[in-house]
Amino acid sequence: MVEKFDVIVVGAGPSGNSAALRLAQAGLSVLQLERGETSGSKNVQGAILYADALEKLIPDFREDAPLERHIIEQRMWVLDDDSYIGSHYRSDAFNKQPYNRYTMIRSQFDKWFSERVQKAGALVICETTVTNLLLDNQRVIGVQTDRQGGEIYADAVILADGVNSLLAKKAGFHPELQPKDVALAVKEIHFLPQELIEQRFNVKDDEGVVIEMVGKITKGMMGTGFLYTNRESVTIGVGCMLSDFKKQNTTPYALLEQMKAHPAIQPLIQGGEMKEYTAHLIPEGGYNAMPDLYGDGWMIVGDAGMFVNAVHREGSNLAMTTGMHAADTLIELRKEGKEFSKTNLKRYQSKLDESFVMKDLKKYKDMPDVFHTNPQFFNDYPEMLSKAARTMLTVDGVDKKTKEKEIRHDFRRRRSLFGLVGDAFKLWRAFE
Amino acid sequence: MHIVVCIKQVPDSAQIRVHPVTNTIMRQGVPTIVNPYDLFALEEALRIKDQYGGRVTVLTMGPPMAEAALRKAISYGADDAVLVTDRVFAGSDTLATSFALASAIKQINKDMPVDLVFTGKQTIDGDTAQVGPGVAKRLDMQLLTYVSKIRSLDIENKEIVVERRSEGGVQVLKTKIPSLITVLEGNNEMRFATMANMFRAARYPVKIWNKDAAGIEDITKTGLKGSPTVVSKVFAPTPRAVKAEIIQCESNEPKDLSVTLLTKMFTKFPKIEKEISKRAA
Ligand SMILES: Cc1cc2nc3c(=O)[nH]c(=O)nc-3n(C[C@H](O)[C@H](O)[C@@H](O)COP(=O)(O)OP(=O)(O)OC[C@H]3O[C@@H](n4cnc5c(N)ncnc54)[C@H](O)[C@@H]3O)c2cc1C
Ligand SMILES: Cc1cc2nc3c(=O)[nH]c(=O)nc-3n(C[C@H](O)[C@H](O)[C@H](O)COP(=O)(O)OP(=O)(O)OC[C@H]3O[C@@H](n4cnc5c(N)ncnc54)[C@H](O)[C@@H]3O)c2cc1C
Repeated sequence: MVEKFDVIVVGAGPSGNSAALRLAQAGLSVLQLERGETSGSKNVQGAILYADALEKLIPDFREDAPLERHIIEQRMWVLDDDSYIGSHYRSDAFNKQPYNRYTMIRSQFDKWFSERVQKAGALVICETTVTNLLLDNQRVIGVQTDRQGGEIYADAVILADGVNSLLAKKAGFHPELQPKDVALAVKEIHFLPQELIEQRFNVKDDEGVVIEMVGKITKGMMGTGFLYTNRESVTIGVGCMLSDFKKQNTTPYALLEQMKAHPAIQPLIQGGEMKEYTAHLIPEGGYNAMPDLYGDGWMIVGDAGMFVNAVHREGSNLAMTTGMHAADTLIELRKEGKEFSKTNLKRYQSKLDESFVMKDLKKYKDMPDVFHTNPQFFNDYPEMLSKAARTMLTVDGVDKKTKEKEIRHDFRRRRSLFGLVGDAFKLWRAFE
Repeated sequence: MHIVVCIKQVPDSAQIRVHPVTNTIMRQGVPTIVNPYDLFALEEALRIKDQYGGRVTVLTMGPPMAEAALRKAISYGADDAVLVTDRVFAGSDTLATSFALASAIKQINKDMPVDLVFTGKQTIDGDTAQVGPGVAKRLDMQLLTYVSKIRSLDIENKEIVVERRSEGGVQVLKTKIPSLITVLEGNNEMRFATMANMFRAARYPVKIWNKDAAGIEDITKTGLKGSPTVVSKVFAPTPRAVKAEIIQCESNEPKDLSVTLLTKMFTKFPKIEKEISKRAA
C-alpha cells in the first residue's frame, strides 16, 4: 500500500515537534519520522528552556512539562587558570510567575513534547532513518527510509533533522558544513542530592542558577563553558569551534576534565555521581552561513537551517519558532488552496524575517568572524582581567595609584594600545 | 497455530542507578526496553508463523506505559497485542503475576485456541525465571524450559521438537502441544521491521484489559494481596577496595609475560613466594 501524507516531518527534536504539533492541530495529515528510539533519545542540550517560544505553541506547558528549576540567578565568569572574575545577577523578579527560563533535561522534555504531538493526531514513527528525499525533477515528493518498503509520499517535507542535515546535503540544498561554522560541545550530568544543590547555589524549592563561562577554560579557542542546576543534578559542559579543536589538537573531553578541576568549579560538583556524558555539534556559523531555507515541496527548520544564536546560547527556542512558522505557512497555503511550491513557500522566509529569529541572527552576523580572527578574547583578556583584580585586591602596602599604573602597563604590554582600542571597536561593531 | 508470547517491559539495566543516599533504585528517567529474552521468544514465534502460518498474540501485564513494548512487538510482526493493566495488580510477585497472565491467556484462548505459550527464560529486572513455569502450571500445559531453538512442529500430530540447553550439552526433546516454552538467548537475531509493519504498529489499537476483561474474579490472588514474597531490601554491592592494574611488559613472549607477572605478584604478596618456595623445597 502506498502511504501518502500532507506533510512528512523528519526529526523529532524541538523544531520537528513544534512543526508536527501545529500541523496536526490544524487537521493536516502528518507523519513524523525519527531515527532515535524515542523523541529525544539522541538529543543533547544544556539545557535552558526559554518559555516564550514554547508558550506560543503550548500555552499550558507549565502544567505537566518535565521542568527542573526556574532560573533566578545568572552568573558570568571570566576565568584564568586559578581565578575568575565575574558578575552575578539575581533578582526576585525572576521568582514571579510565569517564569521565563527553566532548566530541563532534554530526553525527558522531548518525550513529553512528543506525547503532545501524538495526542494532536500526528503519526510518529521512531527508530526509522530517512535516507533520501524522493524527487520529481526539482520537487520533493516524499522520503525514502532505511526500512524495507520505505518509500513514503507527501505534499511537503519539513527537514528538522538537526545540525549537519545529511538530507539537505544529499539533495544539494546546502553545502558541506565547514568546521569553522560548527562548535563541538560536550556535557555531563552529575547527580547531587537536592539539599546539597540548594546549599551550594544558595537557592530553595525549584529555584535555579546558570553560570556562563569564558576564558582560559577553552585554551584560547573560541568557545564557552556552562553550568546549570537541575532538580537533583548539575549539568556542566564546554564547547568550542570544531576548526579550533583541529588546530589545537586537543579533545573536548580533555577540556571538560580540566574545566571540572578548576578551583572555582570543582567545589560545585564535588561528590556528584556522573550520570550522563554526551557530545553534540552546535551550528554556530550564524546568518552568513545559512543554507537555502525552502524550495519546491520542502522547508528547513531548527539546527538544520543554522538557527542558533551562539552569543546568547539560544537554539531550542529558534528551533521551536522556525518549526511553528514553517507549519503555519503550510496551514495557510492549504486553507487558501495553494500548492506548496517554492514561490508560495517564500512566505516562510517573510515570517522569519519579521520575527526575532532573523532580526537577532542578522544583528550578530559578524560575531563569528570577529572571534575567529581574534583569539585574544579567549586567552589574554581573562588573564589580564584576573591579574588586574588580584592586584587591586591585594593589600600589600603599595598605593592604589601605582597599582593602577601597573595594571595599565600590563594591559599595554600584552596588547598594544592600538590593539586594545581595536578590540573594543570590533566587539562594539559586532554587538551593535 | 496460535502462539501467545508473554513479554515484559523492563528498565534498561545498563542505565539503572541506585540513589546514593536512599539506596533505592532510581527508575525515573531510565529508558525501558522489552526484556531481551522475550525478544528471542518472539522471534522464534514469528519464525514458526512464517513457516507454518498462524497467529502470534503478545501479552503483557504492567502499567499503561507498557503499551510501548507491545507496539514494538507488533512492528516486528505480531498480529495482536493485549495489555493487562489494573490497579489491583500493583505489587505482584511471581505468583500473582503468573495467576494474572494465566487468566488472560484463558480469555485469549476463547477467541482462538492457544497451541503454544512462549516466555523468556527470565527477566533482567526480577531475574526469578519463575513466571513461565507458574503460568504453565496454571494452564496445565507441558513445560519446556531453557529452549534455545525450535527444531520442528508437527501440526497434524500436535507435536513439537526443541533443543534445550543443559549442563554439558544440548538435549533434543519432543513433546505434545499445547505446551509452554521458556526461551533462552539463541542465534535468532530479531528481524528489522518493515516500513509497512511500522505503520501497522503506530496505528494498532492495543487491547487494554482490566481485571474483569482478563477474567479475574478472585482479587485476593492478585497484586500485593496475592503476593507472599516481599523484597525487603535492595542494596548496591560495596565496590572492591582493590583496583585492577595493567602490568606493562616490553616483550610479548609467553615466558617474559609470566616472569613479569610473577615478579609483580611476588613483590606485592611476598607470602605467596615464600609458600611456593617452601613447597618446591
Ligand atoms: C529487584 C527485584 C527483585 C524481585 N524479587 C522477587 C522475588 O524474590 N520473588 C518474587 O516473587 N518476585 C520478585 N520480584 C517481583 C517480580 O520480578 C515481578 O513481580 C514479577 O512480575 C515477574 O517476575 P520476574 O521479573 O522475575 O519474571 P521472570 O520469571 O524472570 O520472567 C520470565 C518470563 O515471564 C514473562 N513475564 C514475566 N513478567 C511478565 C509480565 N508482567 N507480563 C508478561 N510476561 C511476563 C516474560 O516472558 C519473562 O521473560 C522482584 C522484582 C524486582 C524489581
Ligand atoms: C551542549 C549543548 C548545549 C545547548 N544548550 C542550549 C540551551 O541551553 N538552550 C537552547 O535553547 N539551546 C541549546 N542548545 C541548542 C539546542 O540543543 C538546539 O538548537 C536544538 O536542539 C535544535 O533543535 P532541532 O529540533 O533543530 O534539532 P535536534 O534537537 O538535533 O533534533 C533533530 C532530530 O532529528 C533526528 N534525525 C536526524 N537525522 C535524521 C534522519 N535522517 N532521519 C530521521 N531522524 C533524523 C535526530 O535523531 C534528532 O532527534 C545546546 C546545544 C548543545 C549541543
